[in-house]
Amino acid sequence: MDENKDFSSKAYLDMELLRFTTAGSVDDGKSTLIGRLLYDSKSIFEDQLESVKRASVKKGNEQINLALLTDGLRAEREQGITIDVAYRYFATPKRKFIIADTPGHVQYTRNMVTGASTANAAIILIDARNGVTEQTYRHSYISSLLQIPHLIVCVNKMDLVDYKEEVYEEIKETFSAFASKLVVKDIRFVPISALKGDNVVEHSKNMSWYQGGTLRHILENIHVGSDLNHIDPRFPVQYVVRPISDKFHDYRGYAGRIAGGVFRKGDRVMVLPSGFVTTIESIDFYNESLEEAYPPMSVTLRLKDDLDISRGDMIVKENNVPRVEQDIDVMMCWMNDKPLQPRMKYHLKQTTNDVKCMVKEIKYKVDVNTLDRIEDGNDLKMNEIARVSLRTTKPLFFDSYRQNRQTGSIILIDEATNNTMGVGMIV
Amino acid sequence: MKKYNINHLRELESESIFIMREVAAQFENPALLFSGGKDSIVMVHLAKKAFYPALLPFPLVHIDTGHNFEETITFRDDLVNELNAQLIVGSVQESIDSGKVAEEKGYNASRNLLQTVTLLDTIEKHKIDAALGGGRRDEEKARAKERFFSHRDEFGQWDPKNQRPELWNIFNGRKLMGEHFRVFPLSNWTEMDIWQYIYLEDIKIPSLYFTHEREVFYRDGMWLANASFMMKRDTEEVITKRVRCRTIGDISCTGLTVSTADNLEDIIQEIAATRVTERGGRADDMRSDSAMEDRKKEGYF
Repeated sequence: MDENKDFSSKAYLDMELLRFTTAGSVDDGKSTLIGRLLYDSKSIFEDQLESVKRASVKKGNEQINLALLTDGLRAEREQGITIDVAYRYFATPKRKFIIADTPGHVQYTRNMVTGASTANAAIILIDARNGVTEQTYRHSYISSLLQIPHLIVCVNKMDLVDYKEEVYEEIKETFSAFASKLVVKDIRFVPISALKGDNVVEHSKNMSWYQGGTLRHILENIHVGSDLNHIDPRFPVQYVVRPISDKFHDYRGYAGRIAGGVFRKGDRVMVLPSGFVTTIESIDFYNESLEEAYPPMSVTLRLKDDLDISRGDMIVKENNVPRVEQDIDVMMCWMNDKPLQPRMKYHLKQTTNDVKCMVKEIKYKVDVNTLDRIEDGNDLKMNEIARVSLRTTKPLFFDSYRQNRQTGSIILIDEATNNTMGVGMIV
Repeated sequence: MKKYNINHLRELESESIFIMREVAAQFENPALLFSGGKDSIVMVHLAKKAFYPALLPFPLVHIDTGHNFEETITFRDDLVNELNAQLIVGSVQESIDSGKVAEEKGYNASRNLLQTVTLLDTIEKHKIDAALGGGRRDEEKARAKERFFSHRDEFGQWDPKNQRPELWNIFNGRKLMGEHFRVFPLSNWTEMDIWQYIYLEDIKIPSLYFTHEREVFYRDGMWLANASFMMKRDTEEVITKRVRCRTIGDISCTGLTVSTADNLEDIIQEIAATRVTERGGRADDMRSDSAMEDRKKEGYF
């Protein structure tokens, strides 16, 4: 079937990571597609397949129900639905993949948002028989809202429309017209049959009119290097390393993960909120000293001057500072059945910062199926998305989510239960 | 690899280090659950890198079933010495002696389930508010649903249907008194990633992972190690074979692989060729389709 897997360590170390998300229900052929990607990359093992077979028979399914591979919870298997996000892993000789597999119905918008938050790519599944539907709009809008850089639109079940090019072209046209309303850098289309395997891993003999790559080829080759922000240097201080030992008596390092830009040894940097300017003396990673560091590396910075710096502070460049404000507008997705209302107070987390905030106003809601604005400022219920204005107790250091997914995202936490209630993308 | 890209193992490493630092920053009294297996050894290695040149900011906790391979204990003690770390041992034998749990009986008796009680007692006794574990989502389908920061109520229970949403790399470790967290920095690693990383970083692992001669017997499709406390049927003959461990757990539930692999390259090739998951050799998971989910709800690792 496919090339021999090369697991020599040299090849393995040259692999990149690609995280992608899928949304949908059993009817869309989502599980069949994931099952095929896993199966064809030999990532389904005999004991897993056996256990799925046993479970399928027990449930009275005639065919092997591949959804049972990802529906890991008892309740999901009993009800035959995906409730939560499941993560699946597979590797080809070129890349390692993490799939965030999410349910697709509107009452699981929050799960789709969760799966999309870390994804480099989203697979949008369209049933060739039904064409573009409300669900297509919803999945695409969420992908765009969460700023997934690459959309791969799979027109599935081509076998059921006799592999007709016109069907594919019509869907492509309808989708493209709609997509002009979205903010997505890169959209690809591929006609497939997940069930029969057309254009998933191997080129389809039934669709010689399609000249593009197979789904797997696309997944292996989309350029992910530019997905992270390499322009605006941002280093949220996460933890202060102070050994207090004889050997490292004066060592004081600021540990964190680079959230944007490139930091080099000797760079002049500014510390927020104090505004002090100093120089990077060393970029440490374990017992090495690095010349430069960039996202998503976790490193420890040492600075020339002894300053008062703690968790929640941010190290940036003098000539490129983030916004420092207490009033922010976010696109908020609500995740809890206790709705958000104006004047309510929450804990707010952003990068390594913890503050409190108050809801000033719900400006408008978005209908995730049509992208229409709804004027309704009363409350924001679970699975709804709205533009919300917040006032924080202390200034945040942030960029717009569009500029930087790390410094532009927040979560709200209930003060009584400590549950994560809502998530926001700073406008 | 293009400029300003890092390869997937370094990205996973960076993610895990970030999680460990979050734990050290967000919690008062974290601890690292150490079993002596490869995943927890990788965890210790990552923790060393995360906080260097300081010592680990948390103790290691070992839940000792009393049915361990001897090599595991020797390895653990050497590592603790080398790191100058603090070790807390929770003893299942003590939980049995004090009447908190009853030993399972019969041929498939195992202390695996009993560990949960000892673990929860140890967490309570030492007021641990975050227990770092080496669980991976690729291991088992219930684990595939687990969060990095997994909330436990005051009974140590996991509520899989009501987990906190977890987005980007913002982790909510807020909790009420008496509650705690289990944190899984290796969530996104696969078995292959672990082995490649051990190879890349030249991490020391117990000799049990390499082929060695051992007295074994065959039961329910797997080779188990012979030990005085293992009840054997008359039909189960003890023979000597060259085997190695693919995972290391309690002797009573660790299936052994017949293998000649005596170095990491060979182990990696063996894992690449295998058609069975690593937990396929774990008797504790084969008890039912939801064995892992059920144990996890009760507070298992």
